[in-house]
Amino acid sequence: MNFGLTKTQQLFQQMIREFAEKEVKPLAAEVDDTERFPMETVEKMAKLGLFGIYIPKNYGGAGGDHIMYSIAVEELSRVCATTGVILSAHTSLCMSPIWEFGTEEQKQKYLPKLASGEWIGAFGLTEPNAGTDAAGQQTTAVEDGDDYILNGSKIFITNAGPAHVYVVATMTNKALGNKGITTFIVEAGTPGFSIGKKEHKLGIRGSATCELIFENCRVPKANMLGKMGEGFKVAMKTLDGGRIGIASQALGIAQGAMDETVKYTKERKQFGRSISAFQNTQFQMADLETKVQAARLLVRSAAWKQDMGMPFSADAAMGKLFAAETAMEVTTKAVQFHGGYGYTREYPVERMMRDAKITEIYEGTSEVQRMVIAAKLFK
Amino acid sequence: MKIVVCIKQVPDTTVIKINPVTGTLIRDGVPSIMNPDDKGGLEMALQLKDQYGAHVTVITMGPPQADAILREAYAMGADEAILLTGREFGGADTLATSHTIAAALKNLEYDLIIAGRQAIDGDTAQVGPQIAEHLGLPQVSYVAGLEYKDGKFIVKKETEEGYQMLEVAGPVLLTALASGFKARYMNVAGIVDAFDKPVAVWGVDKVNLPLEMLGLKGSGTRVYKSFTKGVKAAGEVHEVDAEQAVGLIVSKLKEKFII
Repeated sequence: MNFGLTKTQQLFQQMIREFAEKEVKPLAAEVDDTERFPMETVEKMAKLGLFGIYIPKNYGGAGGDHIMYSIAVEELSRVCATTGVILSAHTSLCMSPIWEFGTEEQKQKYLPKLASGEWIGAFGLTEPNAGTDAAGQQTTAVEDGDDYILNGSKIFITNAGPAHVYVVATMTNKALGNKGITTFIVEAGTPGFSIGKKEHKLGIRGSATCELIFENCRVPKANMLGKMGEGFKVAMKTLDGGRIGIASQALGIAQGAMDETVKYTKERKQFGRSISAFQNTQFQMADLETKVQAARLLVRSAAWKQDMGMPFSADAAMGKLFAAETAMEVTTKAVQFHGGYGYTREYPVERMMRDAKITEIYEGTSEVQRMVIAAKLFK
Repeated sequence: MKIVVCIKQVPDTTVIKINPVTGTLIRDGVPSIMNPDDKGGLEMALQLKDQYGAHVTVITMGPPQADAILREAYAMGADEAILLTGREFGGADTLATSHTIAAALKNLEYDLIIAGRQAIDGDTAQVGPQIAEHLGLPQVSYVAGLEYKDGKFIVKKETEEGYQMLEVAGPVLLTALASGFKARYMNVAGIVDAFDKPVAVWGVDKVNLPLEMLGLKGSGTRVYKSFTKGVKAAGEVHEVDAEQAVGLIVSKLKEKFII
């Protein structure tokens, strides 16, 4: 058994950590403050090949693995959770289903441009009345000659707006429930497809979160992703992988808050000594560090299982559940350790606390993760 | 164009600590990195490659673990890597190092040799210029910018006063400043491939020199003692005009028996 990273993964971690520190961290506060999508960072990431980490080389990817991808989201989120989720949604939620369920033509058409970062990807599942209950899809796709006509809307879609390619779940046969869902690849600029309201959020404020609107949007049959009625399976498998991405994001946020708190408590003096010298600080921080390391092991093990081709659905759910709750706990305590300063925007921990909350909600709430874990337990 | 870049693995001195009792570096747990000026030199080579096409070879002298910086160089875009290693090379000062590397370079074809200006662990800035001397090559040190025109290199050399623009034909040795060439990040696909590429391991047999010229034996200098500089007392600040300042300085120097 080997818990260490391979030499390749270590070299990759060295690169992404340096990139995050030098290129991403300096923008994090401003991106949050102004709710600005950091396009310049996206362009730099594209140049390095970060948008196609585990996509095979014959489809324009870097040919790496899911552990490297997890490390990338973690290290980016350690300094800026917005940047972490841009990569996660693009990779796990758009490229992965095309790679896994796409026809050869679809793969050839979309993967090279997505993997190079020339195109950004997004995924549309959630609707006003279909959140955790994904089967409640009301967006419809009706066959018409060589096309399907889409009508309806999606909400809370990450990367919507900057994205060029959207994987969209629709209802093609309501009577069949889950088995009546079909996914399509929809390109930005398709007539009848528009981007609606942009959300103003508590955290990850630089990431674009918008509504997708379909009004008689004509999509060629060739853009059906997976088979007719297979959409629920596509969505669930996609979310399994996505959970590793968001678990990595949560882990990164937690680690970032730990780093800031270690630094601050060593510098901050009260009663004549550093507050890191107090046992209250030490014991609480020891507990938090233990949880962060435990979260990392869960997340890495889920990514490793995915690389090995083993079932990883419950592992991803456990990783995401534990990492998200750890991120919330660590960031809340990080603000407490920083005292009044931690409550101001002079220090990054308040942003980290706001960013952490979403990891307990999106790509399946913590409650959904418990459902997934329990389903495996009691099957 | 054939370019050889000389690189060195060094402890990251930005995180290094010094043992207050012995005055020596605490190397435990200190990450090893590619020397920043050498990384700038590699960037200089890769920029020439991007613009004009070139074959970039990196060479390092060091222990087997120096392999790590060669992999990094591959991931940045180098084409070939050589590790010059062997016990005979151990304990070398700048003279023995430059003799060894120059002798190794005789096995290669080159239009341009690039070295970093200096390494952050020794700060001598001697090895690059010495290699040029041993090979009988022209050299320009402190290079902050470079163009290639009509078969000649247009070199921007940094001096204390400003810059000199020099024109030089290859083969030539340049020493690079990290500040002049912001090194690119490793590319993800390059990282994935880096450990599948061959690193040529050269030993003493590739260096046609008597053993007395290598390693500790070939070193003209010995480290007598290394120690941490004492902390200077805070200086004094006098806000006076130039004329008064001259008088003040002269009186201070006399006070200390310096003049």
